[in-house]
Amino acid sequence: MPDAPAGTLYRGREGMWTWVAHRVTGFLIFFFLLVHVLDTSLVRVSPEAYNAVIGTYKNPIMGIGEAGLVAAIVFHAYNGVRIMLVDFWSKGVRHQRTMFWVVVGLFVVTMAGFLPRHLMHVFGGN
Amino acid sequence: MTQTAIAPAIPAPRSPRSGRGTTRTNVEMYSWIFMRASGAILLVLIFTHLFVNLVAGDGISAIDFGFVAGKWASPLWQFWDLVMLWLAMIHGTNGMKTIINDYAEKVGTRLVLKAALYLAFTVVVVLGTLVIFTFDPCPVGAAADLLPSFCPAP
Repeated sequence: MPDAPAGTLYRGREGMWTWVAHRVTGFLIFFFLLVHVLDTSLVRVSPEAYNAVIGTYKNPIMGIGEAGLVAAIVFHAYNGVRIMLVDFWSKGVRHQRTMFWVVVGLFVVTMAGFLPRHLMHVFGGN
Repeated sequence: MTQTAIAPAIPAPRSPRSGRGTTRTNVEMYSWIFMRASGAILLVLIFTHLFVNLVAGDGISAIDFGFVAGKWASPLWQFWDLVMLWLAMIHGTNGMKTIINDYAEKVGTRLVLKAALYLAFTVVVVLGTLVIFTFDPCPVGAAADLLPSFCPAP
């Protein structure tokens, strides 16, 4: 297979960068999913083992990581709906750019609802 | 721009493909459909999962063995998590397969990466499924204060 030709960066604006972001977020979510099944499997070892590992999810650094994970999932989910509309809705392709900004808007609203609550749980001290 | 010498031969629409690349199945089409169908279901399953575990109540700070045991005492949440595990793993593995095919240019690299991917898929799905079905919310000998309240006193 030949190497990719050089100097042909595809400047596809919103459509291309959304595709890149969908791919990057999907990649990250997949690796979290592998870890998440493994950590949950510790309930089968002992309550102490599970509580010890899940305890690490409660420290501030991991708490910020969880915020990032939720952000990745929310974007991937909303953009996934946009992809389905592009594929299956007769006017989807024409409105793909508008739908990108709708995705951004819904993402901001969702995260504005989630972040204060989650950060309160992480930094609230209880 | 000048016209190049030879125009490429363009077969008529719907004419059968020939030679290298011929397939007997529509596996790629079904995986394309699966990504969309499973994505729609996963949106509901995972948003609910995130709301129940991270937003409702005390969120992440309330999650411990007792919390998980309390959820899996209900067949609904067992079924929920089982479907989520399978759909998310197939959806994610399918996506990773696409990424490997796009960026791993050598045949050997693709082979090794996909073998690792399918191994990880099998281990995680089998392990997760076994954990959901063999989970014991009240393990013998565990400290009572770590267990859900419905466990009988030792």
